[in-house]
Amino acid sequence: MAELIGQDYTPPDIRAKVTGRAKYAEDIRADGMLFCRLLTSPMPHARVRNIDASAALAMEGVVAILTADELPEVPAPGNTILTNEPLYVGAPILALAAVDETTAQNAIAAINLELEPLEFCVDPLDSLRPGGPNARTDGNTPRGRETVAEMNTSEGVGEIKWTEQDFADAGEGQMPLGQHEREWSYGDVDAGFASASLVLDESFVTAGHAHHSMEPRSAMAYWQNGKCYVYGSSQSQAYIVPGLAAMLEIPPEDLVYIAEFCGGGFGSKGGAYPVMAIPGYMSKKTGRPVLMRISRAEENFIGVCRPAFQGRLKIGFQPDGRITAVDLYIVQDNGPNSGGGDWTAAGSAMSLVYTPPAMRFRGLPILTNTPPKGAMRGPGQNQLATAVEPIIDKAARQLGIDPVAIRRINAPDNSSAYGPNQGPVSSAYQREALDMGAEQFGWEARRARSGQRRGSKVTGVAVGQAFHSAGASGFDGLLRIAPDGKLYVHTGVGNLGTYSYSTTSRVAAEVLGYDWDNVEIVRGDSSRGLPWTLGQFGSNTSHTETRANYASAMDAVQKLKEIAAMDLGGSPEDYDVGEEVVFARGNPSRRLTYAAAAQRAIQLGGRFSGQEVPADINAMTARATEVIAGTGLVGVARDGFPTRGTVPALAAGFIEIELDIETGQFEIIDYLGVADCGTVLHPLGLSGQIKGGAVMGFGMAALERQVYDRHYGLPGTVGLHQTKPPTYLDVPLDMGWSAVDIADPANPVGAKGIGEPTMGCAAAALLCAISDALGGHYFNRSPIVPDMIMNAAAGQAQSHGPLHVHTQ
Amino acid sequence: MIESNSVYAGLAGSSASLPKNPGSGPDGPIESAIEASMCAQPSLGESSLGWLESRGNWSRRNFIKGIIASGVAVSGVPYLASAASRPALQAGAVERLISLNVNGQTRRVDVLPNETLAMTLRYKLGLTGTKLGCDRAECGACTVLIDGVTHYSCSTLTQRVRGKEIQTVEGLESASGELHPVQQAFIDELGPQCGFCTPGQVMAAVGLLMENPDPTREEARQAMAGNICRCGNYDHYLNGIMRAAREV
Repeated sequence: MAELIGQDYTPPDIRAKVTGRAKYAEDIRADGMLFCRLLTSPMPHARVRNIDASAALAMEGVVAILTADELPEVPAPGNTILTNEPLYVGAPILALAAVDETTAQNAIAAINLELEPLEFCVDPLDSLRPGGPNARTDGNTPRGRETVAEMNTSEGVGEIKWTEQDFADAGEGQMPLGQHEREWSYGDVDAGFASASLVLDESFVTAGHAHHSMEPRSAMAYWQNGKCYVYGSSQSQAYIVPGLAAMLEIPPEDLVYIAEFCGGGFGSKGGAYPVMAIPGYMSKKTGRPVLMRISRAEENFIGVCRPAFQGRLKIGFQPDGRITAVDLYIVQDNGPNSGGGDWTAAGSAMSLVYTPPAMRFRGLPILTNTPPKGAMRGPGQNQLATAVEPIIDKAARQLGIDPVAIRRINAPDNSSAYGPNQGPVSSAYQREALDMGAEQFGWEARRARSGQRRGSKVTGVAVGQAFHSAGASGFDGLLRIAPDGKLYVHTGVGNLGTYSYSTTSRVAAEVLGYDWDNVEIVRGDSSRGLPWTLGQFGSNTSHTETRANYASAMDAVQKLKEIAAMDLGGSPEDYDVGEEVVFARGNPSRRLTYAAAAQRAIQLGGRFSGQEVPADINAMTARATEVIAGTGLVGVARDGFPTRGTVPALAAGFIEIELDIETGQFEIIDYLGVADCGTVLHPLGLSGQIKGGAVMGFGMAALERQVYDRHYGLPGTVGLHQTKPPTYLDVPLDMGWSAVDIADPANPVGAKGIGEPTMGCAAAALLCAISDALGGHYFNRSPIVPDMIMNAAAGQAQSHGPLHVHTQ
Repeated sequence: MIESNSVYAGLAGSSASLPKNPGSGPDGPIESAIEASMCAQPSLGESSLGWLESRGNWSRRNFIKGIIASGVAVSGVPYLASAASRPALQAGAVERLISLNVNGQTRRVDVLPNETLAMTLRYKLGLTGTKLGCDRAECGACTVLIDGVTHYSCSTLTQRVRGKEIQTVEGLESASGELHPVQQAFIDELGPQCGFCTPGQVMAAVGLLMENPDPTREEARQAMAGNICRCGNYDHYLNGIMRAAREV
């Protein structure tokens, strides 16, 4: 092994990216194609009283409109494709198709839309007040979400209000602890606090922010031969099909889904999303191909966003910094729909990253008339990192302990446990990551510069940490050795941009002893025969797909050996594989090339060439195998390898900044990210995940947030110049990375994912560094924007209330 | 509809009622007509949400207003009425079938007065390598070279680049398939992640190296600052630029 694993290589799709040949959804053209535009809500909450499209439909070149009345009903509080009760500014109300985009846009402007404004709410705490506004006419909280698996399938809406007493009890600026929806705990929390020598009780706010992937979620669709062909923008490939087919009300086998490239998703394009269905419906109605180009402004609203948290953390420490107990309470700004499970994920992350011997978690999601919420890189875990890491620093400062040391003493290892059930983890080397980072960053020497002044500039030095679960199991692998001797690895993973679709395919090549130049990856178009696979999200691909591809490769190895035994004598166990031949162990000259074995597999048929498939594979994989059956030696298998509990990805970020206390601006002097992601599969790709995640983390910590006007419910951040994703000038000139590189025992090649905590650790590190430069002023809020820094430096009050979300 | 292949065809007739003052602007009749038409039309991408975006310090509407405020008088261009009822070309109107020099080739293309270069490239010339990330000069995914200088093609009027040399990402590869050093360096350093910003990053880097073949890393990032990469792969792109500079 290890010919391909751990090596850099040229991913097969990268040349198309640098030459402009890569086709994204909006690059697809078809004869007679119509252009579709959306009419979206200008109000945070309203009811459609009347739509008069007569003038629009009379315009030359206008072909059709599509309204919510023509689409399947979505049970509340699910997100809608189109709606007659828009629940946020930017919610799509109707779609209009015309022969060109300008005509469509002009026709949209000619539609007379009558809206009745309804009560709205943009701050969960406003809604929780007695008599406070509800985001939906039927309540302010989603119901029926007992497990994480049910998070996106909540049913019904309920109402929760706190009492005036709850607010009064909290005291000025502290988070009230009223009725919650969920609670779990382990250990003796009260005893933990009683034994602590330092107890901090901190309220905090983390802002929501938009994904703003570079490619807005455009889509193109047409119907042919009873099937709907959809070109979409999605992180995932196979995983999109069941959801999108359900939205289109067709069986999965009648959907051909094509997504060769995806211009970024960061969680927002992990599963099928509502507007993706519009071109399909419009094409069905008009009988013509339909392209829907989504604008940047539309993307800001329909592209979902990270939910804000308003929370409170009570945390106890021994004198040496070891945590004795944790009591965590989170209110999640859930948007107007089902939202996501960030708040509960945050609780579970708390239990692992800081390994408290006793912990209680409570929380609830509250609906607001802000954009729908969805998973964003480290959903819950990264909000937690930005909320908790500065509080850990505050404790370290009060206890007189070094920031690395306090994290080290609480760091998870292989014996640590995860979440409400305190289940096992497959491997955790955060202490090693902290030690490696401290050494490579020159922590001691840099810490000595903490607080150093140069004119108006002050040095801050800090460390941050984050976690995300990083692997799943039980999915299918599919590959084919063709009579030309080439290996075709079929993968249902999407192409998010991490190159993991390709890196994980290399495992199959490695097992079979293939020269990488003789391997092709089949992907990006469900009609080509792609196996059932988990979506490309949740940092899972590196772990999940190496398992699945290992399984199909082992199946192919077994079939190669059986064919060799049949043709050359002996039993399958007498044979081995390597360098694209199957050979007798004792006598390598008794051999069969893979090309010959593939030809033989076609003759033999049955399971050898995929005409028969294992009973335990997914129906989608079985259909995919039909596409290639009889054309070579087919390896197809479900990953049935043993598991060892939660697969943790852990990361630590080390940072030095110079903060100008007269302007509130800072410069990041240096950054080093360290990952615990098991065996390193693709060094350059990992570098990109560590550094790219950090860049996004810098945005989360100091630039990006959603601003909503409390009185009118209108957004103050829409375009990129307002939402402020980091540019070249917001990040260090050079960035460093490193990895613990210790194999995870639950994976055949030792791999764990990593994409998400690389963001949270950097965000946390930057927040901590700003506070460090300010001599230990903790904001209990992210992001920290320049006016907050200037207010803090001048000893002035902040312009926002301590618990307000969506503030400037 | 005559131009079913055009995303800009079929402009509604409101511009026909604009006051006539042909050819009086300092930029001459063509530019005046362009601005008049842009002023009169709801701009593409400016949906019911457009006004929200416009509340910042930059918007397409402000861009248009800025042009008008710079002293160009408004002129009447009645032919901007829908294509079916378009009258013959009048004084002060814009030639629509124009020649563009794109990637060394002369391309004849029918262009509307208010059409952006990004739209012409993507929807009329089939050059979809140039990406629309924001369509309002915020992200740089649409960056092309015009006479060797980087421009946002989403905010460049096609009518203004007649007679100039336009270079897009499709024009960098040699006929024999050899990549430009910047393209090769971006592959070697794994510059792209999702790849959507990549064509713009490539063109901005090519433009930088034409002007400054031996930039420092700081100079490179200043030159690239108009190109957002949401995947955050700036470090890899800068590594690529420095590698390309060594190899150019």
